Amino acid sequence: MSELLKVPTMAEFMAQGKQPEVLFWVGCAGSFDDRAKKITKAFVKLLNKAQVEFAVLGTEESCTGDPAKRSGNEFLFQMQAVTNIEVLNAYEVKKIVTACPHCFNTIKNEYPGLGGNYEVMHHTQFLKTLLDEGRLSIEGGQFKGKRITFHDPCYLGRANNVYEAPRELIQKLEAELVEMKNCRRNGLCCGAGGAQMFKEPEKGDKDVNVERTEQALNVKPEIIAAGCPFCNTMMTDGVKAKEKESDVAVMDIAELIANAQDL
Amino acid sequence: MGYLPNILFAIVLIFGVGYFARNVKKLIRNIKLGQDVDVSDNKPQRWKNMAMIALGQSKMVRRPVAGVLHVIVYVGFIIINIEVLEIIIDGLFGTHRIGLKVLPVSLYGFLIGAFEILACLVFISVTIFWIRRNIIKLARFWKSEMTSWPKNDGNFILYFEMVLMTLFLVMNATDVHFQAMNSGNIVSQYLVALFNGVSETSLYVIERSAWWLHIIGILIFLNYLYFSKHLHILLAFPNTYYGSLKPKGQFNNLEAVTNEVKMMMDPNVDPFAAPAEGVEEEVPAKFGASDVQDLNWVQLLNSYTCTECGRCTSECPANQTGKKLSPRKIMMDTRDRLEEVGKNIDANKGVFKEDGKQLLDNYISREELWACTSCNACVEACPVSIDPLSIILEMRRYLVMEQSAAPSELNNMMTNIENNGAPWPYNQMDRLNWKNE
Ligand code: SF4
Ligand code: SF4
Repeated sequence: MSELLKVPTMAEFMAQGKQPEVLFWVGCAGSFDDRAKKITKAFVKLLNKAQVEFAVLGTEESCTGDPAKRSGNEFLFQMQAVTNIEVLNAYEVKKIVTACPHCFNTIKNEYPGLGGNYEVMHHTQFLKTLLDEGRLSIEGGQFKGKRITFHDPCYLGRANNVYEAPRELIQKLEAELVEMKNCRRNGLCCGAGGAQMFKEPEKGDKDVNVERTEQALNVKPEIIAAGCPFCNTMMTDGVKAKEKESDVAVMDIAELIANAQDL
Repeated sequence: MGYLPNILFAIVLIFGVGYFARNVKKLIRNIKLGQDVDVSDNKPQRWKNMAMIALGQSKMVRRPVAGVLHVIVYVGFIIINIEVLEIIIDGLFGTHRIGLKVLPVSLYGFLIGAFEILACLVFISVTIFWIRRNIIKLARFWKSEMTSWPKNDGNFILYFEMVLMTLFLVMNATDVHFQAMNSGNIVSQYLVALFNGVSETSLYVIERSAWWLHIIGILIFLNYLYFSKHLHILLAFPNTYYGSLKPKGQFNNLEAVTNEVKMMMDPNVDPFAAPAEGVEEEVPAKFGASDVQDLNWVQLLNSYTCTECGRCTSECPANQTGKKLSPRKIMMDTRDRLEEVGKNIDANKGVFKEDGKQLLDNYISREELWACTSCNACVEACPVSIDPLSIILEMRRYLVMEQSAAPSELNNMMTNIENNGAPWPYNQMDRLNWKNE
């Protein structure tokens, strides 16, 4: 399948003297994490299908600095940010889409103060516009009638008030969207944010991802939909911890849509 | 001799209000110990937030039971305080129910009737609050930071309100003239029976006592505020006005760091050159916060505004899973330390004398700080726009940038970002490998 993926880089566009419609910011998880790479590819398939002229930075991309900033390392964050902004501005990037809410939040909210001003979209928002513009169609396919619950990523939901785009996409799959006890602005964290992803949790009586997974399992979904590579990992681990991996799948919205069309 | 009560009243009033004013001055001084922060932007939105969140209680009612009860107590308390105006005028000028002299009986009766109904509703609501705290024992009122003073404080306020409402109704019930007028005694007429057989002189004594206790009680309550979580009834207004208008995910960029990073990244900058004229070289004393003076004044205002309701803590993923972190405790610790610093300044003729203590470690432990997922649930939950997360972040900044005291796994993560542009040890040159896998 992979030979079908068209993934041009900004450098290639530049060499042809062209500008892409949008820059796809892949992010560290999307580039290196085995699970997240599948999300990246699913999203690229959808971009290819909708014939979106996009580009990636490839080896010129670097961590946005989000985990450094939330750990308190403002120096490292700003070094990363300034380096990235230099690259983005050199390519005259105007519009960015990313499948990672952490990259989304950082570039959208924290880069402007350092000289990086772009229109930034989460991939669920971007897919939603493709759909609205008639450039992409969504079929239910294998997900028709399935019970799907959506886990709100903190950095997409509360942090940036994006609650509806991912839900509208799920509904387009003709799936049955079921809500957990804590959803939208009351959504419970998966436990990965604030750089927790990279360390052992503090002493407590439970792991946050297990708590959240229990909330999800309570509504008896067949699929837990996520919109963040880190939430995806946390929820996948949670489902494993509850020994439910044969009944419940954790999937990104981009994967749902791509799989529904057998891409 | 006839003027004695008036003079006595004036003295009580001056003393009560004066002592309160003194504490308010102290409060403002303490808040100003914080760092400066620019909150002069977007005034219309700020007024709107204050109107909606503080005046309109929009976030309180997100939890409907507590929300509705709170609205009753809040509206009741404000409206019944109109009655205090009459009490003050009567007290100062020796009149009795001056309202009757200036308003038609029917209107006066309507007002007092409304106050009586509200007083009754407030009493009932406050009783339910007490039951929720002490009988049902809602979990958020029984967390580890809610022992001793914070626990008693919550109950004292409820007792205060019960007593004040009772005094108001008793005062009306034992006012023979008022009852005879039979207008506005909607609730108090049913209390009259309690005083059957009491002589008119004794009734008068009871009425006067209730009147005096009511106004003295209010003055005591006013002065109690400064020491209590109940300060929120005043500070909720400025606090919601100054609350953040940015998306919750946006953390501030430290300007001092920006300047240094620019210097480091700019090949044209000669690091040994003298700073250009007119450009002030701003080197902050330190990065992040280890004590209350390092926080900004809005964060300090936040700490005085916190009503210790625990909505933040009950939504906190770390707290829900048994970690030590409680965003409410972050706010309570900040206020306690700020009070301690303030007392230190008072005791040392206006200058802070090093006391070997600080907010970090003496109040807030590192374990608490590192348990936060920065999920913003606490910020979203707070009914008065408090941001505990911003304090946690400032303290992490101090730990990392001043002390290099991050947990070792985080240090590894940061070294990776520094060396190869990703939190994991992968080579930046491999970033596009997924394309061909
Ligand atoms: S931001 Fe931190 S303190 Fe606030 S609720 Fe989330 S984990 Fe708890
Ligand atoms: S910070 Fe806000 S939500 Fe938390 S206890 Fe204080 S007032 Fe309540």
